[in-house]
Amino acid sequence: MSGHATYQPTNRVLQWLEKRLPIGGLVHSSFIAYPTPRNLNYWWAFGGILSFMLGVQIITGIVLAMHYTPHVDMAFKSIEIVMRDVNFGWLLRYLHANGAAMFFLAVYIHMFRGLYYGSYKEPREVLWILGVILYLLMMATGFMGYVLVWGQMSFWAATVITNLFSAIPGVGDAIVTWLWGGYAVGNPTLNRFYSLHYLLPFVIAGVVVLHVWALHVTGQNNPTGIEPKSDQDTVSFTPYATIKDGFLMVCFCILFAWFVFYIPNFLGHSDNYIPANPAVTPSEIVPEWYYLPFYAILRSIPNKLLGVIALFGSIGILAFLPWLDTSKVRSARYRPLFRQFFWLFVIAAVGLGWLGTKPPEGIYVILARILTFYYFAFFLIVLPLLGIFEKTKPLPNSISESVLGAKA
Amino acid sequence: MNIQRPIFALVLAGSLAAMALPASAQLTEQVPPPRLKWSFAGPFGKYDQAQLQRGFKIYREVCANCHSMDMLSFRNLADAGGPGFSEAQAEAVAAEYKVKDLDDLGNPIERAGRLADHFPAPFANELAAKATHGVAPPDMSTLAKARSYSRGFPWFVFDMVTQYQEHGPDYIAAYLNGYKDAPKGFVLPEGGHYNEYFPGHTTAMPPPLQAGQVTYDDASPQTAEQYSKDAAAFLMWAAEPHLDARKRIGFQVMIFLIVLAGLMYFTKKKVWSAVH
Repeated sequence: MSGHATYQPTNRVLQWLEKRLPIGGLVHSSFIAYPTPRNLNYWWAFGGILSFMLGVQIITGIVLAMHYTPHVDMAFKSIEIVMRDVNFGWLLRYLHANGAAMFFLAVYIHMFRGLYYGSYKEPREVLWILGVILYLLMMATGFMGYVLVWGQMSFWAATVITNLFSAIPGVGDAIVTWLWGGYAVGNPTLNRFYSLHYLLPFVIAGVVVLHVWALHVTGQNNPTGIEPKSDQDTVSFTPYATIKDGFLMVCFCILFAWFVFYIPNFLGHSDNYIPANPAVTPSEIVPEWYYLPFYAILRSIPNKLLGVIALFGSIGILAFLPWLDTSKVRSARYRPLFRQFFWLFVIAAVGLGWLGTKPPEGIYVILARILTFYYFAFFLIVLPLLGIFEKTKPLPNSISESVLGAKA
Repeated sequence: MNIQRPIFALVLAGSLAAMALPASAQLTEQVPPPRLKWSFAGPFGKYDQAQLQRGFKIYREVCANCHSMDMLSFRNLADAGGPGFSEAQAEAVAAEYKVKDLDDLGNPIERAGRLADHFPAPFANELAAKATHGVAPPDMSTLAKARSYSRGFPWFVFDMVTQYQEHGPDYIAAYLNGYKDAPKGFVLPEGGHYNEYFPGHTTAMPPPLQAGQVTYDDASPQTAEQYSKDAAAFLMWAAEPHLDARKRIGFQVMIFLIVLAGLMYFTKKKVWSAVH
């Protein structure tokens, strides 16, 4: 998005437009001529996949909204009408529901990739923080979308999550009443969730623009974690990155289609096919899989207020990552100790996810506490200390040297 | 680094062991139903029309006495991928039902059902159903997707690959046929019935299906076991009426995507060959 010197349209109409609005040059410099490190691996394709998923969610969501009725008496039924009577309504709905899961799968891979290769370090701090904001917005949007189904799990998830705010001393109960628009989760709650669920994806799209802008200012990180030094170290975005990203995107779509067409309800909870009933509490209340690690962190702490602080802290801490990691070396390739702690962190995150599905009792609580401790220790103890004590491996002189060296 | 490896391996082994333990402990909570063979399972699955017609007969003669099925209309009986009734047959079925309506003067009347009508509920409202049965019998429209059982780790991971999605019908078939005498020491609350597969074992519904109760038009055995399977298959269709189309289109989409992925892969190789 910086400069458009290389773009010279030959078409007279485009020349005319370019003098008045240099949009062709913007697209050209951002998505065609834009230099990308030549050594990017497939883990770098998930940014493109995420943009694609956002598009899928917005398009299917807009059409679903044409058929949906945000009223407690009709919401569940209107979705069943989509599933039964709207042409290909079942496809739209399953695309949207599983699309959310795929969106989160891609964002987790994208985040772990950033963590592994130190993509958050100077000068990419703002890029990373914008990513954390995007992730928070995604969580809010996904949660509200889940509530719109107005099944048993929707209703009780809404009750549990909004109730978290009641832990705030003094004003907690007032805030919850304000969030609900009443004294319990009800029609006003459903209406405002619908409104926000429609709004937030466009906020996400806006922040994505900032995220990509920041990316194009600093340039992409790469598996070596060293900056490109010459033209030899980079290739142009098109055709190199476009075809590579495109290939993985199609592979990702195969996975997506597997879920949509063959196991569309695998990731959902069967209780959400029972209409919401405030008088009956389900035997277990579990969030969607992508929130489970945070749910486990929340429940691992016996004090409600501290649990809520830990829950939000576990996400908020990500924003401080650029300063908590004191190592000058970016990529885990050259950080043998960090690499091990990183994989332990992945195991802890997945383990917490599994514990989120389990009742908070006995061995599960103990395990959840150990993993929660490690989750925070990784950021607050391991990363600051590693930068001081870790003996890193020598870095290659340039990206092209690392590529050619690996081939020789 | 060499010291770190064993620590890493130990933690990994420990966490895997911890994951494996509770999976077996969980089985005591709900008895897993036996896995049955369903025509609609797997990537090429399709509903068995004859089975859906038998299931519909059971629904109509047995289930519908207590259970509503609000989301379905008589016209659905003639929909593609369903029980395969002709439109005339579906119309005839509808005409056998009495449906509440208003006449031109606004007076409540009862008239014969039409294709566009929803299946009428057996009770005026939920309170009335509760008063009659103690517990309101659940609506059957989405029941087969609203019932499940936990397979636990690691089975749910395999289910993702093997496409095992028939938790609902497996459970329903087992439940319908799972009535037994309560074991010694089990305190059955008043009005409750002991069922092996129902979570907690005490269900309000009395055993609904007895051998010979419904006369089949085909040669299928008229046993409680067969009834249970046919009813469960029918309920699956009621909950997921477009399953046939979904799997058929899914196969086409898969072929398209796999071919496209292949083309993309070779294009990528060609483009990058100049750089590597």
